Amino acid sequence: MSDIVRKHTLKLLEQNTRSDLRKLDEYRTITLEYGAVGGAEGSARVKIGDTDVLAGVKFEVGKPFPDTPDQGSIMVNAELRPMSSPDFEPGPPNIKAIEMARVIDRALREGGAIDFKKLCIKEGEAMWMVIVDIYPINDAGNLFDAASLAALAAIKDAKFPKMDAQNKIDYHESTNKKIEMGTMPLSCTIYNIGGKIIVDPTSQEEELCDARITVGVLENGTMSSLQKGGEYGLTIDQVNEMVDVAIKKSKDLRKVMQK
Amino acid sequence: MTGLLVNDRDIVFPGQVLAESIEFLPGEDVIREKEQLISTKIGIASINGRFVKLVPLTGPYIPKRDDIVIGKVVGIGLNGWRLDIGWAFEANLNLKDATSDFIEKGADLTKYFDYGDYLMTGISNVISTRIIDLTMKAPGLKKLGEGQIIKVGSTKVPRIIGKQGSMITMIKDYTGCRISVGQNGVVWINGDSPEKEHLAIRSIRKIEAESHINGLTDRMKEFLEQEKK
Amino acid sequence: MNKTYDKRFDGRKFDEIRPMEAKVGVVPRANGSAMFRIGGTIAIAAVYGPKELYPAFMQDPTKGILRCDYNMFAFSGAGDRVKPGGNRRSKEISMVTEKALIPMLDLSAYSGAVVDVSIELIQTDAGTRCAGITAAALALADAGIPMKDLVTAVSVGKVEDKLIVDLNYEEDSYPEGVDLPVAMATRTGEITLLQMDGRLTKEELKKLLEMAKKACADIKEVQIKALKEKYSLGGK
Repeated sequence: MSDIVRKHTLKLLEQNTRSDLRKLDEYRTITLEYGAVGGAEGSARVKIGDTDVLAGVKFEVGKPFPDTPDQGSIMVNAELRPMSSPDFEPGPPNIKAIEMARVIDRALREGGAIDFKKLCIKEGEAMWMVIVDIYPINDAGNLFDAASLAALAAIKDAKFPKMDAQNKIDYHESTNKKIEMGTMPLSCTIYNIGGKIIVDPTSQEEELCDARITVGVLENGTMSSLQKGGEYGLTIDQVNEMVDVAIKKSKDLRKVMQK
Repeated sequence: MTGLLVNDRDIVFPGQVLAESIEFLPGEDVIREKEQLISTKIGIASINGRFVKLVPLTGPYIPKRDDIVIGKVVGIGLNGWRLDIGWAFEANLNLKDATSDFIEKGADLTKYFDYGDYLMTGISNVISTRIIDLTMKAPGLKKLGEGQIIKVGSTKVPRIIGKQGSMITMIKDYTGCRISVGQNGVVWINGDSPEKEHLAIRSIRKIEAESHINGLTDRMKEFLEQEKK
Repeated sequence: MNKTYDKRFDGRKFDEIRPMEAKVGVVPRANGSAMFRIGGTIAIAAVYGPKELYPAFMQDPTKGILRCDYNMFAFSGAGDRVKPGGNRRSKEISMVTEKALIPMLDLSAYSGAVVDVSIELIQTDAGTRCAGITAAALALADAGIPMKDLVTAVSVGKVEDKLIVDLNYEEDSYPEGVDLPVAMATRTGEITLLQMDGRLTKEELKKLLEMAKKACADIKEVQIKALKEKYSLGGK
């Protein structure tokens, strides 16, 4: 991104504002729609401003892993399809998509969002696999937070399909049983542009960012994951400040989930 | 003449039959198939005597000779610069068209225009879709300073500028912002406060969205009057 | 075989299309975009370009190239999860989609460049390639790519001895059923996509194409309505 735009953006940030007149720690309008598509066993569509992300849950039955015979499993997959941004290419998930999926996966797993023992069907023989797929429809910046919110909401929305005695799934029959969820670990991403700390960048602002930290935050403010990104380093003080903002802002994101 | 199927200023859609008579002749974005005239884009029908043409409401920017565009420096070579002007292919700005200074072979060209600089530049020649020459040698062409860059549909640029620049002058007067509009839909804005810049951006977005609805000038004046408070 | 298909699974008349909905401009980042829903099938198409085509040897110096990419979201179907990443089916559909659209497009002003159309099926209940083509035509119009007509597409076919329009999943997967996806430019009457699997007589084909033509005219009305919603009311 060009120098003149960066200079101007920094000048606005110096005055504690941005080109759309938001405060530095202010999100765009967030909406969440549960059950957004019919094919999935659970789904959610999250919009943050013009950013638009759809997440869906499918169940599969598998054999438990040898080291955890009494547990089910979860898999998070993200695809940045060329539909949603001029920067995305067709083909298998690139490193950006893989990072996003893995960061969201870690936040869920380590945060204890799901009791994996409850996903066991028969010890050592059969377990539920919960597969979460995340797709941006439109990337207008801050995909990370929209994707995390959508993934969590899709899991919350999901209902187990019916299963017969041979452990075969009948996807056309739904039960009313939901995945038992513990604490909800939400990801909140904080960005640094020239020493200024902001949340929820537009795609233009995102290009100017020097560094970011995605923080998985639990209801009580404990963290369940951290991921630093970007081409520049951060001081300890900056990290502390960014984490503080993440914990504070995650409360607002959580309110969106509870609607 | 009979056989005209639309009124002047009607909004028309691709594949729509606009006239059914050999009396009428196809203008821009209109094709003839036997006796029919067919619209090829979403646009406003414009009927001038026997000519039926469209003023398109959407479409990519296609470079034309003598267009003034805002481009971004994306490449520097031995003989000049390459600019992204919002078209599929980059355009060339040759040394001799950039400055009257004598530049020695191998000189550091970034002193003139560096990577990421935005230039208000003119299209001097379109040889093919892939070979487009630019010039800085005309009044008003310059390197742009610090500011915000927004992109609008290039089909909306004539309305944003207005007749003899009336619309953009009105926005400048109300907001006090310095604004440059390229025919490629790239707009540069620099104002005295974030609020004033924001008002300028909102005004331009409003024109972009409502360009085809009658009474635009009055509506914009009312909008600016109200929002200025 | 006993002919018992007297009433369609979802109670429609044999020549009745499922409820449709279209919206233009659903992907603001794209140069043009549209959503098209027909029954339980929802397609979103986004257009990017014209832009420079890489690698350069693929460029056509006389006109622009159209490139379509058809893909199903992993959770789009009511059955098993669709494994992400392309397969032979999606490659073929991408290709026939290009061929369905290109006869109506004029890309002569974009020589050396490519227009990319990305088609995503976010929910599927049969007729996905047709929904994708219908959405793609709208997205191309929204992007301002010149065209002779808006292409529309629908699947027609046969269950037992009944000729039907717009098959749903149950009909599409009916044993020995016939699925015949058709794309058409309704103004010129040209057919730009024609595929079929099953068994059909010449007379049945003739009847089915007439049924498809009628259905495509209805679909085009939905397309035009969606364009009017964006372009007549001030682009809101």
